[in-house]
Amino acid sequence: MTINTMAKGGWHRDQMSCFRKMEKVIVAMQDPDMGMKMRNQRLLITVIPHAMTGRDIIDWLMKKYNICEEESLHISGLLVKYGYIYPLKEPRSLVLRPDESPYRFQTPYFWTSTRWPASELDYAIYLAKKNIRKQGELMEYEKERYSVLHKRINHTWDFVVMQAREQLRASKQRRKADRIVLECQEQAYWLINRPPPGARNVLDMGLERPNNTARVTLNSEHYKNEIDTCKRALGRNRVKSSICLEGFMKYSEQYQNHDPIMQGCLPSNPWISDDSAHWTINLETVPTPTRLRVERWSFSFMELLNDEMGRREFMTYLEKEFSGENLAFWQACEDIKHGESSKIVEKVEEIYRNFLAPGAPRWVNIDSKTMDKTLLGIRHPHRFVMEDAQMHIYFLIKKDSYPRYLKSDLYKNMLAKGIVPQETKKSVFPFMRRQRHSSPSPAQVATQATEEGGNTKGAGQAGTNSAAGSNV
Amino acid sequence: MCDQTFVAATFGPCECCEKASPLMNIYIKAEAINYCSFCVEVMACAGLTAGESVASLKKESETLKKKLEEERGKLSDIELNQVAEKVEVLGALAIKTRRVLKGHGNKVLCMDWCKDKRRIVSSSQDGKVIVWDAFTLNKEHGLNLPCTWVMACAYAPSGCAVACGGLDNKCSVFPLSLDKNENLNAKKKSVAMHTNYVSGCTFTSSDMQLLTSSGDGTCALWDVESGQLLQSFHGHTADVLSLDLAPSETGNTFVSGGSDRKSNIWDMRSGQNVQSFESHESDINCVKYYPSGDAFASASDDATCRFFDLRADREVAVYQKDSVIFGASTLDFSLSGRLLFAGYNDYTINVWDVLKGTRASILFGHENRVSRVRVSPDGTALCSASWDNTLRIWS
Repeated sequence: MTINTMAKGGWHRDQMSCFRKMEKVIVAMQDPDMGMKMRNQRLLITVIPHAMTGRDIIDWLMKKYNICEEESLHISGLLVKYGYIYPLKEPRSLVLRPDESPYRFQTPYFWTSTRWPASELDYAIYLAKKNIRKQGELMEYEKERYSVLHKRINHTWDFVVMQAREQLRASKQRRKADRIVLECQEQAYWLINRPPPGARNVLDMGLERPNNTARVTLNSEHYKNEIDTCKRALGRNRVKSSICLEGFMKYSEQYQNHDPIMQGCLPSNPWISDDSAHWTINLETVPTPTRLRVERWSFSFMELLNDEMGRREFMTYLEKEFSGENLAFWQACEDIKHGESSKIVEKVEEIYRNFLAPGAPRWVNIDSKTMDKTLLGIRHPHRFVMEDAQMHIYFLIKKDSYPRYLKSDLYKNMLAKGIVPQETKKSVFPFMRRQRHSSPSPAQVATQATEEGGNTKGAGQAGTNSAAGSNV
Repeated sequence: MCDQTFVAATFGPCECCEKASPLMNIYIKAEAINYCSFCVEVMACAGLTAGESVASLKKESETLKKKLEEERGKLSDIELNQVAEKVEVLGALAIKTRRVLKGHGNKVLCMDWCKDKRRIVSSSQDGKVIVWDAFTLNKEHGLNLPCTWVMACAYAPSGCAVACGGLDNKCSVFPLSLDKNENLNAKKKSVAMHTNYVSGCTFTSSDMQLLTSSGDGTCALWDVESGQLLQSFHGHTADVLSLDLAPSETGNTFVSGGSDRKSNIWDMRSGQNVQSFESHESDINCVKYYPSGDAFASASDDATCRFFDLRADREVAVYQKDSVIFGASTLDFSLSGRLLFAGYNDYTINVWDVLKGTRASILFGHENRVSRVRVSPDGTALCSASWDNTLRIWS
């Protein structure tokens, strides 16, 4: 092989650490004390030393990493795919079989990390050798590549042929066992670096990311910004870990019953049972919501607001208490913050007219300081002009109206009436699949609604048609 | 030559570079500075004041960072797995593939769920974007982008549009029309414009604003209707590979992670970098908030996923295992935040117990890298997109 200088510029950073880790595994496997037991394997009439069976590899990995057989099979399969272990029987199929099939370790000379990217010159020499040895009986794709290379590096072709002849001559002087081993090693290397058409290229790394070249110039301005950020970060209020971590415990515990992947969902998980009942009973427009859903409104104010039905119920409650304008104000401010830039001015004016002007129909009670600041800001309206007022009202509702709502009869009745669906019994004939009902696309619903002249509501209008869903 | 001529009253060692040369007599705020003409040029161009240099600023920045780490360590009185000892151990998880979505002709790079909990948009390397009803396996819309490597796609909150972008350095919004005769490309709105590839995009709480991250090291917030840049976020020193919006009630922050191994929290209104974490050993491929908004997790090429607490301002857990060798390219939390699903470059999805720090399960099935995992909005299923041209729904 010719000396190959590794082109560091083309090297992908993520791969280096993967390969290094794989190599550590390989080295550990070859450890004289803790490593694998290797023995001689018979291949037809020759005896190949230092080989091991697929079964041994899997067992060793299972023991070393304390993993299940499936995972061990997967990892060892990857070791073969990346060329660190190669099969002796059926060398063209880089698969790990969990039986008595013999495998050998690839020599470090041919490790992917050592010799990547593989050079054209080396490939040409390899194909030339094969060509001479097999007297022209190369595989189709190898023949094609050979002729392409012949055209491309024609100027060094004499060198290629000479090298090929020299290497063949040198190999004839080796013992047969060694020769077979070397041929296998080389073949495995090239199967990976120049995969046959149709085979997956394991060395396909996707888009290249720049290697240590900063996209951003590291000049004084950049460092000044960093210094500012650090100074601000130093001044931050931090909370003790014990308090924060307790928070995660509580959150997970609270939501555990609502997590379908962990606890399942009633009546059944639509993806498992093919029955979309779970979605139907949780639509925005159902007359009676499920109990779990109503329960969730009590977890945090945000949960209540995020559920359209919850928001409506809460608004009903607030209207009874004559404080509905607070929620309406908050919603209008949200609309400005996240809405179209072109409509900001008119929306701000509308809010002023409805909520802030003296004698406004839905006047909101904001403290004078915030009110003054907001009124000043309205003269030059921008997206966040209402933010302070909005925050004030938000926390007002959250601290005052929200807890009272949760204690109110309105909420308690809703909770009591909440549906707890029956779990769908697993069908008697599990292999008869239910028809999967399709639902109208949110886009379709939206266009219909605008045609009918109503407000377009958001997504979630999925209903069940009797139209049979088809599998594509 | 000419611009170097000046009256040199003194000759001696420059106060900056210490070489002996003719000195320019400059006064900054009434203080005399004796620099040689070259150093004066450098100072003027770099906007530095006396005594500063890029190297000294860098050093100051590094000292401050060390101090920050010390401060962070002061309040860490207990570790997550210690607190989690009293939590019940997870039962065995029976997660299986429930659907396989075939239809892409090339690597699937990204996907997103619709708020209706069953529709999905996915994008692939050959420029195709498909909108599916994952429940029935119907393909509802198909788009052909003129560029390859569409790495970012997102479903609008209303369900009426999708955004996608990639190697064309742009992110465009396509309203979804059900008129079979209409070419979706016709109504395309070009919104974001970066100077390098777009790696991630997401709508904010409405269809009107789009947040994008790019290989040019910046993130940006755009107004969809006008295509105007509302805010840009500078601070990363290499490609920004991923971003996620905070689910918090004040809804104004987002997290981004990049090739510079840093994950940053940004304030959307001011554009400032509010918090920063740097503990990964390699590129951060994906970041995602914990459902409560008080923490986030990041997946990296160093084969670990890490969990960062925002109130305590530090890393609180590392999810790694000896047998996990390949980098993690994507992750998402289950609805309760107890499980963390992470997709790796060795074609598997590892399911981690967030609180205890152990691995709960491993999902096999894909035949090439997993490029994206996302839990559905109601938590009933997990969707994974892979380089083997398929998407799988697990449940």
